[in-house]
Amino acid sequence: MMPARTPFIVRLGRSFDARSWQMAGLFAACALIAVPFMHLALPPDHPLHLSTYFITLTGKILCYAIVAVAMDLIWGYGGILSLGHGLFFALGGYAFGMYLMRQIGRDGSYQSDLPDFMVFLDWQELPWFWAGSDSFLWVALLVLVVPALIAFVFGYFAFRSRIKGVYFSIITQALTYAAMLLFFRNETGFGGNNGFTDFKRILGYPITAPETRVVLFALSALALIGTLLLARYLVTSKFGRVLTAIRDAESRVMFIGYHPLWYKLFVWTLSAMLCAIAGALYVPQVGIINPSEMSVANSIEIAIWVAVGGRGTLIGPVLGAFLVNLAKSWFTVSFPEYWLFFLGTLFIVATLYLPQGVVGLWLRLRRREPPPAAAATEAKGARA
Amino acid sequence: MNAVAVAHTPNPDHPDNPDWDSGTAELGHLLRPGQLDLSHKVILYLEDITVSFDGFRALDKLSLTIDAGELRCIIGPNGAGKTTMMDVITGKTRPDEGTVFFGQTIDLTRLGEPEIAHIGIGRKFQKPTIFENHTVFENLELAMKTDKRVWRSLCALLDPAAGDRIAETLQLIRLAAHADRLAGLLSHGQKQWLEIGMLLMQEPKLLLLDEPVAGMTDEETERTGELFLSLAGKHSLVVVEHDMAFVKQLGGKVSVLHEGSLLAEGSLEEVQADQRVIEVYLGR
Repeated sequence: MMPARTPFIVRLGRSFDARSWQMAGLFAACALIAVPFMHLALPPDHPLHLSTYFITLTGKILCYAIVAVAMDLIWGYGGILSLGHGLFFALGGYAFGMYLMRQIGRDGSYQSDLPDFMVFLDWQELPWFWAGSDSFLWVALLVLVVPALIAFVFGYFAFRSRIKGVYFSIITQALTYAAMLLFFRNETGFGGNNGFTDFKRILGYPITAPETRVVLFALSALALIGTLLLARYLVTSKFGRVLTAIRDAESRVMFIGYHPLWYKLFVWTLSAMLCAIAGALYVPQVGIINPSEMSVANSIEIAIWVAVGGRGTLIGPVLGAFLVNLAKSWFTVSFPEYWLFFLGTLFIVATLYLPQGVVGLWLRLRRREPPPAAAATEAKGARA
Repeated sequence: MNAVAVAHTPNPDHPDNPDWDSGTAELGHLLRPGQLDLSHKVILYLEDITVSFDGFRALDKLSLTIDAGELRCIIGPNGAGKTTMMDVITGKTRPDEGTVFFGQTIDLTRLGEPEIAHIGIGRKFQKPTIFENHTVFENLELAMKTDKRVWRSLCALLDPAAGDRIAETLQLIRLAAHADRLAGLLSHGQKQWLEIGMLLMQEPKLLLLDEPVAGMTDEETERTGELFLSLAGKHSLVVVEHDMAFVKQLGGKVSVLHEGSLLAEGSLEEVQADQRVIEVYLGR
């Protein structure tokens, strides 16, 4: 048994076992050394050269993977299916987009200090909520605080009223839909249906420069590792056990003296913040944020990544995000009109035949092969 | 006339009651907030509780008191209000009228379920309710009496003393060999025992047990009876049960509920001889 006072950072480190640390190290080495080298140092005609397209696509999917893990925390472990998580992702993106808009400076089409869309609307000055948006630190704070606050307030009332299951899912859909309609309006002050785009700089560096792209890519990879580490710590802690207990038998949890409200609210708010961080990393890489990110379909897609990868496992959602999005980028080029049919079929197949997603499938296949004794320890490892 | 103690609840606080200051009740004792005051040797007062659901009176002016350390059985036909009574005590249902006091000072109608669990009332459901995807050990760990706020759970570590307590309880509920099994894989009787074990980990002062031996074998039932008898005295127990052999084994006072009110109270022989109880059970 561990001594009572182990520093938190040590315990955080212990939540990954040796093999997971090796995997994380390998992944970090790829993202921080190999990919930058292959993109920047190798000439474009070299067979191992990685294109800008590759960097942007993978960087984007890394952000999606963070969202998928955040979704898995509340859905796979907490049993709360949110179909409005795109909202928090978009809010993080919009908050950081404000900073990117201000970084354009006078290089916009109207050579004004105001963002172009404000000049177009004939606004004379920045709305009050744009105050401080030229400061990177202030905006970084907004990225974390605004989605967290909205998630906290919404979650407090929803969980206090004991809204559960499909009712909760529908309300979250309504929430993100309402936000989308609000952001579509020009008067809201976030660029209406065009949103933010034509970014030029980030912290003074040109945003489309290969070096900047590589740094954003590496930051996304690090954020994903951090998210996985935090999530792993949470689900292996007593908090995680209470959370899954709430998922399985909420009334029992209440009658042994836990307040499900605060547990749900904590993980819900944390999940929203992780989505917001992912959104803030996503926007400079894809170069645009508009209200369609808040559409209901986007949020449903997040749930599909998690379902396909395997909910209740942490690596599953990451795999799911990669598989579905790589398939998407291939499909939307080759057979654009069939993508949604494919996505729907994928969801139905995953729900019916792969309750644990691809991770569950992989475990089942592996369990069939080794001798029974090894299979038993395998099953135990899979649970933990 | 049968020797039946008809439902009546003298107010022990009332100066007209000749026993109001008898026993060890200390005058001028001080209580910390949330501390249970048992100075009148009564752990639970239900007074004139009425609960209606859409016009149906599940409880109709029910009054009942449970003494500290007592083992009380509650019997009654289906729909008599037994489970609703438990819901009222544990904060799941708010009574339309009436008062519920835990000891002398704690008004249960003002508290939520987790608070009531914290001040020392444990509840076992009719259907065994355990965490099926957790191991037996983890089930007990989660139930253990401790600070159950989010921040404490985030950095909680199991200390050796807690491990010992869990091991003790595992022995008591005879699941020591199954500590690392998933609770969902246990037999029905074992699940019932696990839930009782979870209750004990909470160190409750009052245990409410809704049909604790349903689905158990005769041997398991008897062992459960022995366990409850060993708990009485240190804890107060309220057992709702249909199994008359089990009620007989427990041997304590029996309260008969009918249509949301207390019909009769006394030893099992007394209530079984009561004409009204016979009528209620054998049909009108």
